[in-house]
Amino acid sequence: MKVTVTIDRRPEIADPEGTTVKRALHELGFSEATSVRMDRVIHMDVDGDDPDEVKARVEDMCRQLLTNPVLEDFAVEVES
Amino acid sequence: MKTAVVVFPGVNCEHDVVQAISALGGEVELVWHRDNDLAEFDGVILPGGFAHGDALRTGAIARFSPAMREVERMAAAGAPVLGICNGWQILCESGLIPGAHIANRDLSFICRFEEVEVVDTDSVLTRGARPGQRLRIPLNSYEGSWVDPSGEGRVVLRYVGDPNGSQNRAAAVANTAGNVVGVMPHPERATDELLGSTDGRLLLESFLHSTALVGSTVTA
Repeated sequence: MKVTVTIDRRPEIADPEGTTVKRALHELGFSEATSVRMDRVIHMDVDGDDPDEVKARVEDMCRQLLTNPVLEDFAVEVES
Repeated sequence: MKTAVVVFPGVNCEHDVVQAISALGGEVELVWHRDNDLAEFDGVILPGGFAHGDALRTGAIARFSPAMREVERMAAAGAPVLGICNGWQILCESGLIPGAHIANRDLSFICRFEEVEVVDTDSVLTRGARPGQRLRIPLNSYEGSWVDPSGEGRVVLRYVGDPNGSQNRAAAVANTAGNVVGVMPHPERATDELLGSTDGRLLLESFLHSTALVGSTVTA
């Protein structure tokens, strides 16, 4: 199954890269970009038949390895 | 009293640490990250570098190495555990030190001497120092900015300036017991006049002295 994991940096954690990109956009005249966060997406192929089970397993992967709870939140989407 | 220096794939400061500890008269040995028995050691150092190429996050994969189960056991038993630079990032990922690291505020790889101030001497890294004492130690990192939303990390060394945006200007942070410490600048690179500073000796001597205390406790 195709699985998409979206990993967002928690709002209270600084994002120096996002801040730099936002500044560059403003210099190019895109001043309407008021917030830029450089979050991450992981695309996976995962064996399994039950989307709920696959989702639960991938959430476990997120908790154990893929994300750091101090810095990040995550969302798992299974394409059935 | 013997100190282990754990070598993960991609680490590159292990020999500097061995050289520095040896020069101070300490007994030290490199151990591979797959080793699962560190029973013969009184203390352990995780050296700097780029374990597993910093894949995913700094320290994220290294924390699962078999040697880390031993580091956790030693940390729980009160043995001195020191993570330098990437080693501190691994300690944070392992949960042995609160918080985590993000890229430096200005997105620059910082490679220069920084002045740090001793703010807390109740740790294996700083027990031989005086509060307020200033030390010149080289900083060499990109993801050196420490964040700790929990507020539980205890800052033991603080930058005199603010090179990387680290919370509370933290350059070194200890656990509650003080036996586990993470430090971002490299004390092992400030142990000889040829290197431009010998201020790191004091910190590594504190660590070595701590391993001796653990050894004597165990013997008694």
